[in-house]
Amino acid sequence: MGAKTKKTVPFRGTPEQEAQLRAVIAEHKDEQGALMPVLQKAQDIYGYLPIEVQKIISDEMDIPMEKIYGVVTFYAQFSLFPKGKYNISVCLGTACYVKGSGDLYEKLKEILGIDGGECTEDGKFSLEACRCIGACGLAPVLTINEDVYGRLGVDDLADILAKYE
Amino acid sequence: MKSLDEIKVIRDEMAAELLTRDESTEANGTKYRKHVLICGGTGCTSSGSAAIEKALAEELAKNNLTDVQIVKTGCFGLCALGPIMIVYPEGAFYSMVKSEDIAEIVSTHLVEGGQPVARLLYQETVTEDGIKSLNDTAFYSKQHRVALRNCGAINPECIDEYIGKDGYQALAKVLKEMTPEDVIQTILDSGLRGRGGGGFPTGMKWKLARNIVPDADQKYVCCNADEGDPGAFMDRSVLEGDPHVVLEAMAIAGYAIGATQGYIYVRAEYPIAVDRLRIAIAQAREYGVLGKNIFGTGFDFDIDLRLGAGAFVCGEETALMTSIEGNRGEPRPRPPFPAEKGLFGKPTILNNVETYANIPQIILNGAEWFAGMGTEKSKGTKVFALGGKINNTGLVEVPMGTTLRTVVEEIGGGIPNGKKFKAAQTGGPSGGCIAADNIDIPIDYDNLIAIGSMMGSGGLIVMDEDNCMVDIAKFFLEFTVDESCGKCTPCRIGTKRMYEMLDKITKGQATLEDIDKLEELCYYIKANSLCGLGQTAPNPVLSTLKNFREEYIAHVVDKKCPAGVCKDLLQYSIDAEKCIGCGMCARQCPASAISKTDYVAPGHKLPSLAIDTDKCVKCGACMPTCKFKAISKG
Repeated sequence: MGAKTKKTVPFRGTPEQEAQLRAVIAEHKDEQGALMPVLQKAQDIYGYLPIEVQKIISDEMDIPMEKIYGVVTFYAQFSLFPKGKYNISVCLGTACYVKGSGDLYEKLKEILGIDGGECTEDGKFSLEACRCIGACGLAPVLTINEDVYGRLGVDDLADILAKYE
Repeated sequence: MKSLDEIKVIRDEMAAELLTRDESTEANGTKYRKHVLICGGTGCTSSGSAAIEKALAEELAKNNLTDVQIVKTGCFGLCALGPIMIVYPEGAFYSMVKSEDIAEIVSTHLVEGGQPVARLLYQETVTEDGIKSLNDTAFYSKQHRVALRNCGAINPECIDEYIGKDGYQALAKVLKEMTPEDVIQTILDSGLRGRGGGGFPTGMKWKLARNIVPDADQKYVCCNADEGDPGAFMDRSVLEGDPHVVLEAMAIAGYAIGATQGYIYVRAEYPIAVDRLRIAIAQAREYGVLGKNIFGTGFDFDIDLRLGAGAFVCGEETALMTSIEGNRGEPRPRPPFPAEKGLFGKPTILNNVETYANIPQIILNGAEWFAGMGTEKSKGTKVFALGGKINNTGLVEVPMGTTLRTVVEEIGGGIPNGKKFKAAQTGGPSGGCIAADNIDIPIDYDNLIAIGSMMGSGGLIVMDEDNCMVDIAKFFLEFTVDESCGKCTPCRIGTKRMYEMLDKITKGQATLEDIDKLEELCYYIKANSLCGLGQTAPNPVLSTLKNFREEYIAHVVDKKCPAGVCKDLLQYSIDAEKCIGCGMCARQCPASAISKTDYVAPGHKLPSLAIDTDKCVKCGACMPTCKFKAISKG
């Protein structure tokens, strides 16, 4: 794991975000097994789940911090660190892998100068590998935020990144 | 809230309109002159079907064609040709549609008296005397659609279209005419087995959950839509294309076991499926087919969604329930089985999406109809997500007992670029590879286990001669190491050690003894892991060791990767007799590893080039530059 994402990024939550979060908690508080949906919505609000956000959830839902931290670190989708403005996700599912998505992933690491799970220093791109997104017909596939790019070769990468300059 | 009679009126009206999309009859609906079906599944959405839908709507408006209906459907199956568009009643199948083509399709085809634009059609459907039905093409003719019957045929966001296809009639039949015991007996008699991988008889599961705790105050019906096998997308396609079938089946299951609450646990990575499920649940509640007192029978049943958060182990039944409860998704030992103590400690059944998708049809057509398809011990059909080195990547549903050869060569259209079939991988990280000598075995649960693989949920990845089986085994182990929850030692530490041994083999650093150790470790992990993830994690290694042992030995003894995949074992070389010394490759080389020699081959003017293997980084950039095929790897 790279050092870049491990750097402590100061928490910049706004009062509006906090109000949204408290509303979400109030809505789910009495449901059985509400922690997962609350964490998912909290990540939608903040983009990640810093310790400050976990603390609010812990206090409001009366769940110990260590349980919340345990759940957050268990699931791949929850992130303790903010992602880049453009998050690149390369599918390493089997169908994409046998068609060369591993090469795409390596090439992106080389172009961006970061490892998987890291973010470039300017905060622009972050890179991660993901498991099958289900677009196997377009293999190999990568996504940049909501955009899907398929039937790729390593030579296509520079042009795709250029769109986000 | 609608009464059963009102729903029957909707069904009759909708069924009449849906005749337009039925190629087996000349009759057509009257509301619209043409139905244009556009695939809105993940595959086609990724290749741009939303833009096509928009362009089509604009173009139709411009031409004032209000009698043409646009229907956004789920997956048609032939994802490799996306985006896909079908025009009914003639059944014209447009493949790889582009926004630029829409104006022509509208002005030539969709206008009154228009004719299909032949050059834009899927060429296999174009014949000398016009167009032939999609059902007669190689991809579809061998298929038999039960679970997928509505996928690509209806608008999944419209409950009326589902009702028009006899939707919620099975639920009505169950509630009005059958006892819970009748329902369970029907499912038992049908021979339906769980489609998520294990193959446990579904009726048996229901029977246990009904009877094991007679005085339970609450029971639950869960749906496993946490389709985590990389390369599998059967369940997603059902949820995207026909979400109501799952809701109806869960309500039937609830009636059978005596539950009033259901949960669908679906991957958050499937945003389209999640959206359509939300819409479907809201519509079902509005129509009163979910909620209190369904069809006035006093039966209550409701369903909530729970989103996964990216953990493969949550596909395991106990881990899934732990996750719904809001915990780390770690499995727990069985017994007690979920039928006795499941979600929130209550009796629970958990079935997979595809299993549920069969239920309403079994209720409506009878157990015998279902048991009439398939093999002796595996009844019905199975959906496969066909991927990897195959021409027709996509979703196929075939009767159990169809051979792998039929699936790969006929339906799948064979392997691209004239390459040879090497293996098919089924069952994802829990399954194994089927080698070419087993290609004629009929696919069913028991046969696949007998040859060292498993049915799994239905991912079927085809590999050709360019795929290295050791590398594939390592790929799956990397996945398992990553996804092991860490609760039990054999899986947490054992899979990591396996991965390290495989890594050594692919780097040419292993000995033959390492292969034996690896095999021994496989059996330990299988025998001692807590849950299915660990118990099956060694399968990819064991099956490749069994079928492709010589490939492992080549890596270890000859220090060569026969498929040319494992970089550390590769050497690039230039054939001095073929090289004309043009220097194209040297200009492309990032490591300046290619330089001139003193040798001029007979008939050539310039000295040939050679690769300095110490400098070579094995990127392979040189190979495609050589027009004379003088560069080889091996």
